[in-house]
Amino acid sequence: MFKTAAKYAAQELRDLPPESMISDANEKKEPEELISAAAPSSIRAVRSAFLEVRNLNFYYGETQALRDVSLSIEQHKVTALIGPSGCGKSTLLRCFNRMNDLVDDIRIEGSLRLGGQEIYSREVDVTELRKRVGMVFQKSNPFPKSIYENVAFGLRIHGAKSGAKLDEIVEESLKAVALWDEVKDRLGETAHQLSGGQPQRLCIARAIAVEPEVLLMDEPCSALDPIATAKIEELIHELKLKYTVVIVTHNMQQASRVSDYTAFMLLGKLVEFGLTTKIFQNPDHEDTLDYITGRFG
Amino acid sequence: MRYFASKMTIWRSGDPFVWLSGGALALILLLLSGLFVVVTVNGFGAMWPKRTAKLELRSGDIVLGEIVERELIPPSRTSSVEAFRLQVKRGNRDLSGSDFVWLDEAEIERISYPEEAVVIERRQWGNFYGFPARLLWRNDVVAGAGDGSWRKLEKLLAEEQNIVRQIREIERNEAAALGYKQEKLRIEIKELEKRGAQSARLASARLRGKALQREYIELEQRLQAKRQLLSGVLEMRAAGDQLKRIELAEIVRIYQPNAMSWLERLLLCGQRIIEFVFDDPRESNTEGGVFPAIFGTVMMVLMMSITVTPLGVLAAIYLREYAKQGRFVSLVRIAVNNLAGVPSIVFGVFGLGFFVYTLGGSIDELFFEKYLPNPTFGTGGILWASLTLALLTLPTVIVATEEGLAAIPRSLREASYALGATKLETTWRIVIPSLVPSILTGMILAVARAAGEVAPLMITGVVKLAPSLPIDANWPFFHFDRKFMHLGFHIYDVGFQSPNVDAARPMVFATTVLLLLIVLLLNLSAIIFRARLRKVGLSGAL
Repeated sequence: MFKTAAKYAAQELRDLPPESMISDANEKKEPEELISAAAPSSIRAVRSAFLEVRNLNFYYGETQALRDVSLSIEQHKVTALIGPSGCGKSTLLRCFNRMNDLVDDIRIEGSLRLGGQEIYSREVDVTELRKRVGMVFQKSNPFPKSIYENVAFGLRIHGAKSGAKLDEIVEESLKAVALWDEVKDRLGETAHQLSGGQPQRLCIARAIAVEPEVLLMDEPCSALDPIATAKIEELIHELKLKYTVVIVTHNMQQASRVSDYTAFMLLGKLVEFGLTTKIFQNPDHEDTLDYITGRFG
Repeated sequence: MRYFASKMTIWRSGDPFVWLSGGALALILLLLSGLFVVVTVNGFGAMWPKRTAKLELRSGDIVLGEIVERELIPPSRTSSVEAFRLQVKRGNRDLSGSDFVWLDEAEIERISYPEEAVVIERRQWGNFYGFPARLLWRNDVVAGAGDGSWRKLEKLLAEEQNIVRQIREIERNEAAALGYKQEKLRIEIKELEKRGAQSARLASARLRGKALQREYIELEQRLQAKRQLLSGVLEMRAAGDQLKRIELAEIVRIYQPNAMSWLERLLLCGQRIIEFVFDDPRESNTEGGVFPAIFGTVMMVLMMSITVTPLGVLAAIYLREYAKQGRFVSLVRIAVNNLAGVPSIVFGVFGLGFFVYTLGGSIDELFFEKYLPNPTFGTGGILWASLTLALLTLPTVIVATEEGLAAIPRSLREASYALGATKLETTWRIVIPSLVPSILTGMILAVARAAGEVAPLMITGVVKLAPSLPIDANWPFFHFDRKFMHLGFHIYDVGFQSPNVDAARPMVFATTVLLLLIVLLLNLSAIIFRARLRKVGLSGAL
């Protein structure tokens, strides 16, 4: 499946104008150029784009899920993707770590870059990409393994051996999600015994254990109660010091609480993208205003 | 109108359906427990020492034996009176020709239970019922009737039984090993002769052959010396006053059922059960134990599980994880499911044709040419029987594994992919460990089916009486080419192929109970293992 998707991607890339074919990370000035050249006005606020989406079209078979989306995501900031169900925000999120490759019959056009490197290029090792772009899912999905092994899993598949170093990383990751004190005495127990917001925090620990550069969060709190949600949100604030966070959420308050930038999407299109304060206080588009004030969605 | 309304209410309340479904379950449970009770009572009831009755007939004859059954005589034209008859196990087959006799109750004058009646379980000719007359040792009378010195009998019997056990041990181990070596050497010499090898090697082989021959003669002498020690004879008086000399070495057990206390009976019952489970069969399987059959069954089931599990799991993983889901895969799936409905004898025929003749024949030609024309793998054996059953149970394992795969949430795989795991790593580290309970479920079902299957085995390697177990002390220890005994076949053989059906009947039930218990035991261990896995999480165990 990976191969097919990569093939599609490569094919689409060939159709793009020549300058966008350059996918080397060493050309530092390019993101700046791209922003000024092609991005809509609202993106100008972003200074150092880390994740760069340009004219992205995405199709599930015949259905188009993303329509000409362009946005730039800044490093060490939290970017929220909001919008009604089916607007394509999850699809966009899953483009960043090529999780969409797992779906048959998809097609991608446009450009998507991580630190200047084309994500959907044929040369990209998907395994390596996913190591750099971690993901947390809507429903917590710990493996049917021990708590320790859950956190160590990513490291193990990237070749880590058991030992003090691994123990240390596991401990650090669990401390980073404030789970260490709760589970340090039962690391060998199955992760399914965790309750409330613990499994989701474990999943976050699992994702950050491999030290990704970007952390994608797909409605991470939608299955949690307010107290667990508050803990996760607090965590997101801390995470952005080390990681670039992209979060999909249905919860408008959450978006305004945790994010620095917000992108509002509607029917596969990016309607508005900018500083969260601006989007929530003074949006440019009427649709955005309608959505955040709860008139629809 | 009102009546109609109330009827509607009853139906809509759902109660009748609850009763109906509950009733169906109750019926099934009743049938199953009924089966189990009948089998257990008949099987182990036969182990319980029954009292020996002395029946005096109007004709003056006397019959001594156990009353087995009482049944109504089918009414005939001549008499319409309701009459009963008794089935009596009188034993003494060497005197009277048959173990069992039917006696009309009308002919019986008197029934008594004399304390001094003795039952002797013999190695040959079945039980003997009678009264002890004299005990002889080297033709000297050691004890006579009524002089109360039967303790001597017990002592002498214990000694002789000990010697008999030693002889058996030698026969089973040393003599068998020696025979095995001789056979190997014989083949070697034959081979050397055919190749026209150097005379030095041939000479050395022949020399070794001579040494083995000497060893054999020595062993035979030792056995002969032991046999010389067996010279006790018990003279018994049967019910009809005939005298019968029984060598002590022939006696398995001797007891006075009517004089035994309840505890003694229980003890004897326990002894018999142990003998049944751990001894070799006697008297064309109608007496003795079924140990070789237990061994063969368990070994075959284990071999089958070892073969079918990886094969089935891998096939299921390919079907569900890798194959492109389409018409062809659906067709394969339907075919696999239908394979489970193919009569087992068809698998047996396939096993005979493919495994035994084609595969086994080729193996013989390639590796065991020197043994030909005697087939090694080219004839039925435990390996081929296990493989045939593995084929038979393959659909069970595939279906169970596929269901397990379908039940593993997509999110689990996605989590693994999102961490950068490849498909192989995800399958190996996440999917398969989560799959273990389903695989075990498949195995449990496969074992239950395989342990009870008889038809395909009959043509792929099961025999009525196997001379040796498939595992023994002779190199290479595992002899997968050997024929073996099986509890399921044992039931069929003892129940329907036995020359002495009445005597064999308890064995049929007891063997059935044993087979059920073994299946239960195998399954229980798998179920406990599965439950443990679910409880502790999979990483701890794997």
